[in-house]
Amino acid sequence: MASKFYAQVARTRCVSCGACTHECPRDAIRVWKGCFALVDPLRCIGCGKCKKACPADCIDMKLREADA
Amino acid sequence: MKKSKKWYDYLWIWSILYFTLGFFNILFAWLGMIDFLLPLLLALFGGDKFFCNHLCGRGQLFTVLPRALKCSRGKPAPAWLSSKWFRYGFLLFFLTMFANIVHQTYLVYAGASSLREVVKLFWTFRVPWGWAYTAGTTADWVAQFSFGFYSLMLTSTLIGLIVMALYRPRTWCSFCPMGSMTQLICKAKHRGEQPE
Ligand code: SF4
Ligand code: SF4
Ligand code: SF4
Repeated sequence: MASKFYAQVARTRCVSCGACTHECPRDAIRVWKGCFALVDPLRCIGCGKCKKACPADCIDMKLREADA
Repeated sequence: MKKSKKWYDYLWIWSILYFTLGFFNILFAWLGMIDFLLPLLLALFGGDKFFCNHLCGRGQLFTVLPRALKCSRGKPAPAWLSSKWFRYGFLLFFLTMFANIVHQTYLVYAGASSLREVVKLFWTFRVPWGWAYTAGTTADWVAQFSFGFYSLMLTSTLIGLIVMALYRPRTWCSFCPMGSMTQLICKAKHRGEQPE
């Protein structure tokens, strides 16, 4: 299921709580060394579930460059 | 894709159990020190937020409750709640309040103050809680710390439940003092490193 979108984390605003990681159906987002969340754009299907769960509202859905 | 559950995915039960035990016997409040020390130890020696990400019963409770009871509006919280100044300001306030509990405990230990069998909610409202402690069971200072620490745990959970209902389920986590502290430790430990 490809999507035009992928999730991108604003690292400076991320509180590294991990709420996003529990929602992702593709295991495409993880917390990097307790500092911030990191998305694997190749795995991400752009479903936006992580964004909806993020308490710091620091995830944005970006249009993939190839499609932009 | 359904993720397989691990034993620690059920730690939200521990959160409920903690407050239930403390309701009947305040001395159980001491068990909350696990939630205070373990995140720090894991961050200091493990260099990550394994506690927040997997072991925190409170964070799980804020996820499980809205799923079961549909009790969160799911709206984004105001940005200032997760801003650096608020997070670190709240952390400082929280640590000051913790220091105050330790100070009160010391006063009781030193005989300069007597044991107060109350739970103080939101650092303001004194709720009599005498049924949860029989005088003389332990040293008074042990009980004093229990009342103080239980107050802190209950107050922070109530704040968490309020923001859970008003905004997204885990809004508390965006300014939780333990979360802020462990993230600070991790950032200090991994300064200069970049993800591969
Ligand atoms: S958008 Fe969906 S697939 Fe992509 S990281 Fe977020 S939850 Fe995972
Ligand atoms: S939910 Fe938001 S704040 Fe929490 S780790 Fe994920 S991106 Fe960061
Ligand atoms: S931020 Fe606080 S409440 Fe949230 S998971 Fe971490 S320790 Fe638990």
